[in-house]
Amino acid sequence: MSSVPALVVDNLRKTYGNGVEALKGISLTVQPGDFFALLGPNGAGKSTLIGILSSLVNSSGGDAQVFGVSVNKQRNEAMKLIGLVPQEINFNQFEKPFDICVNEAGFYGIPRRIAAERAEKYLKELRLWDKAQHQARMLSGGMKRRLMIARAMMNEPKLLILDEPTAGVDIEIRRSMWQFVSGINAAGTTVILTTHYLEEAEQLCRNIAIIDHGTIVENTTMKRLLATLDVETFVLDAAQVPDGLPALPGVTLRRMDEHTLEAEMARTHDLNSLFAALSARGITVTSMRNKTNRLEELFVRLVEQGRNGQVRAA
Amino acid sequence: MSNAAANLVALHTIVRREIVRILRIWTQTLIPPAITMTLYFVIFGKLIGSRIGTIQGGYTYMQYIVPGLVMMSIITNSYGNISSSFFGAKFSRAVEEMLVSPMPNWVILTGYVTGAVTRGLAVGVLVLGIALFFTSLHIAHPLITFASVLLGSVIFSLAGFVNAVYAKKFDDIALVPTFILTPLTYLGGVFYSIQMLGEPWQAISRINPILYMVNAFRYGVLGISDVHVGVAFVVMLGFVVALAAFGLQLLKRGVGLRS
Repeated sequence: MSSVPALVVDNLRKTYGNGVEALKGISLTVQPGDFFALLGPNGAGKSTLIGILSSLVNSSGGDAQVFGVSVNKQRNEAMKLIGLVPQEINFNQFEKPFDICVNEAGFYGIPRRIAAERAEKYLKELRLWDKAQHQARMLSGGMKRRLMIARAMMNEPKLLILDEPTAGVDIEIRRSMWQFVSGINAAGTTVILTTHYLEEAEQLCRNIAIIDHGTIVENTTMKRLLATLDVETFVLDAAQVPDGLPALPGVTLRRMDEHTLEAEMARTHDLNSLFAALSARGITVTSMRNKTNRLEELFVRLVEQGRNGQVRAA
Repeated sequence: MSNAAANLVALHTIVRREIVRILRIWTQTLIPPAITMTLYFVIFGKLIGSRIGTIQGGYTYMQYIVPGLVMMSIITNSYGNISSSFFGAKFSRAVEEMLVSPMPNWVILTGYVTGAVTRGLAVGVLVLGIALFFTSLHIAHPLITFASVLLGSVIFSLAGFVNAVYAKKFDDIALVPTFILTPLTYLGGVFYSIQMLGEPWQAISRINPILYMVNAFRYGVLGISDVHVGVAFVVMLGFVVALAAFGLQLLKRGVGLRS
């Protein structure tokens, strides 16, 4: 594996013509082979950053390097290394998926014979081959999203950028998309993902940056970030939950309804004493789950801290 | 693969896609100009033209207006093709497919212009074929004929591209043809010789670029022209260079395309 970082963002700034400062000098590094999550609330600057990396947005300052190639100074060379799956559908809906993929390859200078082979390969892998000769406008929303992934793979990029690729896609198709992207990543392609489905980021990504109001509020490994979460909330389903709940040191119990209760406790707190206390009150727990995914709690907390002026790293 | 070879593949891809588009919607791209020009030939050439008698150089009025009408259909179709195709790509955001690729700007511009010129020439051949049902023509200077057609088509393809770059809605690509292109075409000597005009209208007509295209083409076909054919080519080449440079500059700055 190459030692040159897949992406180096160096003090990148963007101020739009209307005066909005979308990026306030952000810096980050993505290592080759990484599956990197770029998270942030709406309007945080994620799409602006991706726009600059893919040359759809002109930066106001700073630079980015893709595998050592400057996006500003060697744009054409840098673009050869990137595959982009944008947030919005951006292909000609009157063209056929096969033609969309082959034409995309053509824009990258890939001869038609090789392009046709690749189109067949990726359309098949993304389960779109049976729609290859239909007009793209006839495809479902999930199929259109998968078509954009197939199209982004036509130049077999070293860096694949996915900007909210699963927005509005049902869970089954979403999982099949992640299976495909995970496979691409396992084969060596560096992946940068933005998504509002934080559960996905938690499951797929090894490193993470959280961006808000044009600054990086966190940039670390997923494991390290999740380790900072010290409180967890469990939802317990029970045969019957009485009105009076036992008092247990270090645990806050809340009765939600006659079959459900919530237990909030430190991550280090043992669960045995909780079950023992519930059992002593005749409460039989039938199932248990996390109330929210852990990354979501951290995400909300970090963004709030950032807005309160407690930004940790930039 | 070398950059030159890659650029050639990219150029071929755009041209091929444009031609496929022209053929896919042939009822919108090829048939309407053929019908319109047939009506011009019947009404102006046959019905009215037969009462006019000969005009400049002993040609019938029908023979006189054929080069103008062919050139008019070539430039309006070249312009219409690129403005609707490129603006359509902008509107659907499909243009981003090209903007995020390593393709240089000149390849994008050349590809779209080639597509538009192809439609312009296809319509020109169609209209010329229809004209032969109404009159006989002998091409006096084949090379000048072809060069003037090509330059006229390139000029209006480039102008259509500039229009599409600036356009923000579909109405914007209809404004220029309606308020600028059509009046200039009709006043550019398609239906008459500017020698029929008194001053200052003759002098004013000479600042109309379409006059030079129509007359260069008419010189190629009939061997007669209201302007010196050398001057016509210099004017046309000047427009090609200026508009191509402007189009490339717009792409470089990302006007209307990149934020």
